[in-house]
Amino acid sequence: MSMQQTLPLPGVAPERTGGYRRDHLLVAEMVRPGSRVLDVGCGDGELLQLLESRGIDGRGIELSREGVNGCVAKGLAVVQGDADTDLVNYPDDAFDYVILSQTLQATRQPKVVLENLLRIGQRAIVSFPNFGFWKMRLQLLIGGHMPRTENLPASWYDTANIHFCTIKDFVELCEQINVKMERAVALDLYGRPVPLNLPWWVWNMFGEQGVFLLSRGGQGK
Amino acid sequence: MSNVRPITSQSIPSDDRAHEADHPSSLVAQFGMDQPLKLDCGVDLAPFQIAYQTYGELNADRSNAILICHALTGDQHVNNTHPVTGKPGWWDTMVGAGKPIDPDKYFIICSNVIGGCMGSTGPASLNPATGKVWGLDFPIITIPDMVRAQAMLIDRLGIATLFCVVGGSMGGMQVLQWTAAYPERVFATLAIACSTRHSAQNIAFHELGRQAVMADPDWRGGRYVDEDTHPHRGLAVARMAAHITYLSDAALHRKFGRRMQDRELPTFSFDADFQVESYLRYQGSSFVERFDANSYLYLTRAMDYFDIAADHNGVLAKAFAGIKTRFCVVSFTSDWLFPTSESRALVHALNASSARVSFAEIETDRGHDAFLLDVPEFLDISRAFLLAAGKARGLKDDGQS
Repeated sequence: MSMQQTLPLPGVAPERTGGYRRDHLLVAEMVRPGSRVLDVGCGDGELLQLLESRGIDGRGIELSREGVNGCVAKGLAVVQGDADTDLVNYPDDAFDYVILSQTLQATRQPKVVLENLLRIGQRAIVSFPNFGFWKMRLQLLIGGHMPRTENLPASWYDTANIHFCTIKDFVELCEQINVKMERAVALDLYGRPVPLNLPWWVWNMFGEQGVFLLSRGGQGK
Repeated sequence: MSNVRPITSQSIPSDDRAHEADHPSSLVAQFGMDQPLKLDCGVDLAPFQIAYQTYGELNADRSNAILICHALTGDQHVNNTHPVTGKPGWWDTMVGAGKPIDPDKYFIICSNVIGGCMGSTGPASLNPATGKVWGLDFPIITIPDMVRAQAMLIDRLGIATLFCVVGGSMGGMQVLQWTAAYPERVFATLAIACSTRHSAQNIAFHELGRQAVMADPDWRGGRYVDEDTHPHRGLAVARMAAHITYLSDAALHRKFGRRMQDRELPTFSFDADFQVESYLRYQGSSFVERFDANSYLYLTRAMDYFDIAADHNGVLAKAFAGIKTRFCVVSFTSDWLFPTSESRALVHALNASSARVSFAEIETDRGHDAFLLDVPEFLDISRAFLLAAGKARGLKDDGQS
């Protein structure tokens, strides 16, 4: 957990290393070479392209036709579709990893989506903005407004993010549906990983976002 | 639309068309008694011929060949003036210099389907056994039969693997059949506005069209050529009904609305008062000049019988198990003949087979016919797919390997 990557949220120009976004490099580092990956909400296919350059067999789902077109132009195999409605159509164990990047909070049924990710894939990599981040709390506590940040600038009435959660909420959901957290990275405001040995509440306070590598839990809890 | 004729007047099919059935204005591959086409109905069809056109040059590695499969009433004249109608090639938005399928880059092949009436053996061809036109003595053909015949043509041309097989509607059915029957011979496919099986609604529309043809007294039980008649009224009605299914409510409204044809007020008669009526009549009467009525019966039947899953114990994914072919599937939002749901069903099966598939739904109000029209988003994704697949195939920008 010594990596110093930043995980930029949508709207912020991502830092690049060797032509690739640093958050993509972090995700790519979590994926074993030679595996099969489904990237849900793959945008213009940058992450998929990085994965394929590392010998990973990638597929994508993307909502926007422009995104699909960009992916097709890169020679990627991407299907126009929606995480809420289309994941159910993928067979069990079709992939080694299913990636859901900064999208969970915009789905209608995050729990169902999460369950589907781990039905379709042996593992899932999920990243999301942490609503328990201290700046968010402060805006609500002091300002009395729903929080808005440069990374999440939309007002409450026009945001696509309908299911915000905190890192703590997410961890509880994982426990509730018997999902094993193999690896977790919380990044602070400056993109630094919050030290691993600190308790969850610190992560929940100082992590601006969470990145989780998940697998199916064993029998029972 | 000045040359509108009511369909009750004599729209005689041109002699040119009848001539094309046996002596096409295109290349022809002839297959003798020793090379029968084994049809699904059990008949060995021999001899037979396939009429086809090619554009561009095959490269040294024979790796740049694109096979275009035409739709129900299309033919091999994809990129040249039509010998009967004098109109431009039927897919001039997609095929041509600077277009997604560019003859400067690819070796493009398009053949008339078996059962067609533009030079490939079909019900309008002469039956060598009788010296008369086949008519209803012609065996029933299927989409797999069409593809089997195309594969024989591709063998004849000395091409082991096609770079891409492309087609929309019935052409898309052939594309899918190619991948199911000859997966190792197809590097990439572009399947547009199609389905892995013909729906009940589509079979119903086809039955309407066939009954219109057969209800015409001039059909004469299919022997109209021998009796020197032609079921032009029935065939025109069939075409009119079918044409509506190729469009959309929004497209018809935009194009015609309730506007009157060359008049201000209704005539209180059954004249073509509305522009949309006049348009449909024109579509009907111009169609009969270039198409054979029996061929229309056979080809609609072939589409009705199409169901890839049925050939694989009802499991569609089995048809594509282990396939290496790259797929690009495209549908159109306003297409109610081959709606997006059918393309999605195909994509799900391909996903279940771990196939390399891309899929896009193009936003347009132009209905099923959108694949033949200038719809930039559709042409863009087709171009992008072919370029990326070409790169993976090792094709250079000039089509050389």
